[in-house]
Amino acid sequence: MSKLLETHALQAFYGDFQALFGIDLSVEDGETVAIIGANGSGKSTFLRAVTGMRPATGQSISFDGTQIAGLRANRIHHLGLAMVPEGRRLFPSLTVEENLKIGAAGNRPGPWSLAEVYKLFPALLERRHHGGTELSGGQQQMVAIGRALMSNPRLLLCDEISLGLAPKVIREIYGSVPLIRERGTALVVIEQDIAQALKVADRVYCFQEGRVSLSGRPAELSREDIAAAYFGMEDA
Amino acid sequence: MEWINVLVQGVLLGGLYALFAAGLSLMFGVMRFINIAHGDFIVVAAYLMLVMVLTLGLHPVIGIGLVVILMGCAGYLGQRFLLNRVLDEDILPPVLVTFGLSIIIQNSLLETFSADSQRVPSGDFATASLRVSDELAVGVLPLAMFLAAVGVIGVLQFIFYRTALGRLLRATSDDPEIVPLMGANNSHIFALATALASGVVAIAGTMLAMKTNFDPTIGPSRLLFAFEAVIIGGMGNIWGTLAGGIILGVAQAIGAQIDAGYQILAGHLAFLAVLIVRPKGLFAKAKG
Repeated sequence: MSKLLETHALQAFYGDFQALFGIDLSVEDGETVAIIGANGSGKSTFLRAVTGMRPATGQSISFDGTQIAGLRANRIHHLGLAMVPEGRRLFPSLTVEENLKIGAAGNRPGPWSLAEVYKLFPALLERRHHGGTELSGGQQQMVAIGRALMSNPRLLLCDEISLGLAPKVIREIYGSVPLIRERGTALVVIEQDIAQALKVADRVYCFQEGRVSLSGRPAELSREDIAAAYFGMEDA
Repeated sequence: MEWINVLVQGVLLGGLYALFAAGLSLMFGVMRFINIAHGDFIVVAAYLMLVMVLTLGLHPVIGIGLVVILMGCAGYLGQRFLLNRVLDEDILPPVLVTFGLSIIIQNSLLETFSADSQRVPSGDFATASLRVSDELAVGVLPLAMFLAAVGVIGVLQFIFYRTALGRLLRATSDDPEIVPLMGANNSHIFALATALASGVVAIAGTMLAMKTNFDPTIGPSRLLFAFEAVIIGGMGNIWGTLAGGIILGVAQAIGAQIDAGYQILAGHLAFLAVLIVRPKGLFAKAKG
């Protein structure tokens, strides 16, 4: 397998405040990678840097062999990188179907279409003419995922997709992950729910205070290692 | 019958005010951009129409078409290469820049065309009228302008709610930070919004040029009418803007009927009354 996304010594700043201190991370084609870490550990900042929402400098991010650090978000999106943003961020004045269609604004060819998204999330079909934000939280999350899939991404970045949802709904949402992977899309999943992350991921990175504190395959990591990396305790 | 006549004239005038307001409302709606030079852009369109018809000798209809194209292109380029640079969360820089533009435009027009009052001749069209009854006659030009205003607003409504561009414009209005994650370039979308608004401004300006006398200094008062029509109608509702224009036009016509000096004052009073009773406007759309 080849590297789809690779960051090397990635740094990010908010003004004078440094949020990321040299992140080395890679995602291979078709792989699912989970990033875990406490609040403020830099997970979301990392996604913002990769997607171009927060401009990164230097030659620190490559996507499918192309240097994308410093490119605008829409250019990065055209290369096949889509994001499900934290808090879903649906467009309130658009219907469900319009929200989905706008995901395809870049016209990237691929397996995903409106019909395929409705097949993945049948609940959306009957509510397609409703306002995007009139739906339940879980259904809104489905719209946000469907909207990102409509661009036929090679890599889908999901920021806290289980946040604020009931366990049953989280299971339903995560039930779609294997179907997304089947279509050849790689995933990066940011999760606070560690158990969920370990279940779904091929590899896990743990962030702590803007650094990678632990990485590996879920089966190879002990609970103690993860707790230490997550909370920053030497002898957890 | 006299009052019916006043109402009809007011409604027809309201169509023009709605055209003034539509472009302003569009730019504010999509990018929270308050264009202080909006009225001056209308006056620029009026002078362009003057050049098309008087200097180049073109037919008014061809003149309108060319002014729309010119203003649309200028709007796109101006937004893409100048106004986008000051577009940020802070609402003040665009206000200052367009205030400066307003002064530059007024003085450039003054230098080029002098302070003399101008009017674009529109031949028999300007004086022709349809006699509805013995005491009521409707001018063909004001009626054509009103129908044009309704048509323009209908087209804007269609673009906004039935096309991919409209979807992008509404999405950008909702959340400009997320739109680039859909693969769309914000700078381009903002420029397209301004191009569309400038096309509407062009139609408003050419209508103004045929309807009434104008000079380089009348921009700011057109801006005021535009603001009032938008606020009376309610932000984010394009048919509300038409209604706002009509209410303003009718109020002015009633004021003028009482005393010629009360025309503008009556419009402002109607605006104040709406602000007091419904500060969000009569037809404000509830945001989800």
